[in-house]
Amino acid sequence: MNEGLLGRRVGIALGWAALASLVVLGVLGLVVAPPDAVQGDAQRLMYLHVPAAWLAYLAFGVTAVASALYLWPRTRSVVWDRVAGASAELGVLFTGLTLVLGSLWGRPVWGIWWAWDARLVTTAVLFFLYVGYLALRRIPGAGREKRCAIAALIAFVDVPVVHFSVEWWRTLHQQGTVFNEELSAQIHGKMALALWWSVLAFTLLYVYLLDRRYRLEALDADRDERELERAIAERLAEAEPARVEAGARS
Amino acid sequence: MNLWQEARLVAAKDLRIEARSRVTLYQVLPFGAIVLLLFAFALDPDRGVLARVAPGLFWVAVLLAALLAVSRSFAIETANSARDGLRLSGLDGSAIFLGKAGAVALELLALEVVLGTGVALLYDVDFHSPGLLVLAALAATAAVAATGTLYGVLAAGLRVRETLVPVLLLPVVAPVMLGATRACEAAVAGVPSDGWPWVALLALVAALYTGVGMLAFGTLLEET
Repeated sequence: MNEGLLGRRVGIALGWAALASLVVLGVLGLVVAPPDAVQGDAQRLMYLHVPAAWLAYLAFGVTAVASALYLWPRTRSVVWDRVAGASAELGVLFTGLTLVLGSLWGRPVWGIWWAWDARLVTTAVLFFLYVGYLALRRIPGAGREKRCAIAALIAFVDVPVVHFSVEWWRTLHQQGTVFNEELSAQIHGKMALALWWSVLAFTLLYVYLLDRRYRLEALDADRDERELERAIAERLAEAEPARVEAGARS
Repeated sequence: MNLWQEARLVAAKDLRIEARSRVTLYQVLPFGAIVLLLFAFALDPDRGVLARVAPGLFWVAVLLAALLAVSRSFAIETANSARDGLRLSGLDGSAIFLGKAGAVALELLALEVVLGTGVALLYDVDFHSPGLLVLAALAATAAVAATGTLYGVLAAGLRVRETLVPVLLLPVVAPVMLGATRACEAAVAGVPSDGWPWVALLALVAALYTGVGMLAFGTLLEET
C-alpha cells in the first residue's frame, strides 16, 4: 500500500542525484558559463527559467497521458489518477516558477516585468487552466477520478488552441534557442552545457518530486480508509453492550 | 428518433422552461446590460475609449452572462431529480449535450442581439461588415455554449459548482474571447480580411469542443 511509484531505495537515490545535479548546475550556471555579451549576468536566469518551462510542459504532458490511461478501460487504475494529480501539481508549481523567473529576467533585459507577448500570455493561461483542474481535484464525490481525467484532457486539448490564438495575436519573445528546427544549440559551448545540464537536473527533480507526491497521495487514501474502518469498529463496539443489555432484559 | 430529433427535444424542453420561468429574460439579460453600463463608468465615455474597446467589452459582458446561462442550464436539472429523469430517458448522451448546448447558444444569441444593439447605441459604434460580425458571433457563441455545457455537466452534481464553473471555464474560453474580439474589431473597423482567419479559428474551436462534448457528456452525466 505504502509503495511509491518507484521503490523506496530508488526514490532516495533519485533525491540525492537530483540534489547533486542541482549543486553542479549552480556551479555550471554561476561560475563555468560566461556572462552574456549583451545581457550580462541577468542571462544566467536562463538556467532556471528554461528548465522550469520544460518541466511545466513535461508535467502537463504526463498528466494528460495518465488521464487518458485512466479513462481507457483496460488500463484503468487509481495509480494513473494519482500520477495525473501529482504531475499537475508539479506542473502548476513550475509554470508559476517560469512566470516569476521570466518576470525577474524581463525586468533588466526588456525593461518591463510583464509584456503582452504570445508565450507569456499562453503560459499565464496555462497556469490558470491547471489551477482550475487542481481545484476540481480537491472536490470529493462519486466519479471524481473520471471527472478529473476528462477535465485534464479538455485542458490539454486547449493548450494548442491557446498557443496558436495568442501567437497570432502578438509575438515579442525570442524564438526557441535549443529546440529549433536544426536542434543545434546556437549558443556558446559552455552555456549550452549549463542549459542542457539544467534540463537534466530539473527532470531528475521532477521525477523525484512526482514519486514523493504520489506516495503522499497513496498515504492519504490509506489513512482515510483506516479512519473509516476505525470509526465503524468504534460504533460497533458502542452498540455491542447495548444489545447485550437489551437481550438480558427481555 | 435520430440524434437531431433527440437534441431538438432536449433543446425545446430547456427553452420552454426558460420561456415559462423567464429567468434568462429577467436576470441574465439585465445582468449583461448592467455590465455594459459599469464599463461606461469605469472608462470615461467622453474620451472615445468606449467606442475603441467596444468589441472587447461586448464579449466580456457576453462571457459573464454565459456563466449565468450555463449555471442556469444545469440548475433546472437539479430540481425534482430532473437529472435522474434525463439519465433514465434513454436519450443518447451526445444528443442531450447537443440539445443543452443548443439551448444555451440560442439564449446567448438573443442576449447578443440585445447587448449588441446596446453597444451600438450607448458606445456609439458603427458596424461596417455585418456578415463577418454575424458569422463571428455564431462561431464564438457555439464555442462558448459547447465548452460551457461541458463544464456545466462536469460540475453539475457538486455543491461548489457556482464557484467552480467560472474558474474552469474562463481560461478555456480565453482564446474564444480573443478571437471573437479581434474579428469584431475588424468588422467595426471595416477591414473584414483581418477578421476571417479569426472566424475560422472560432469555428474550429466550436467544432473541437462540440466533438469532445458529444464524446464525454454521456459518461459525465451517468457516472458523476
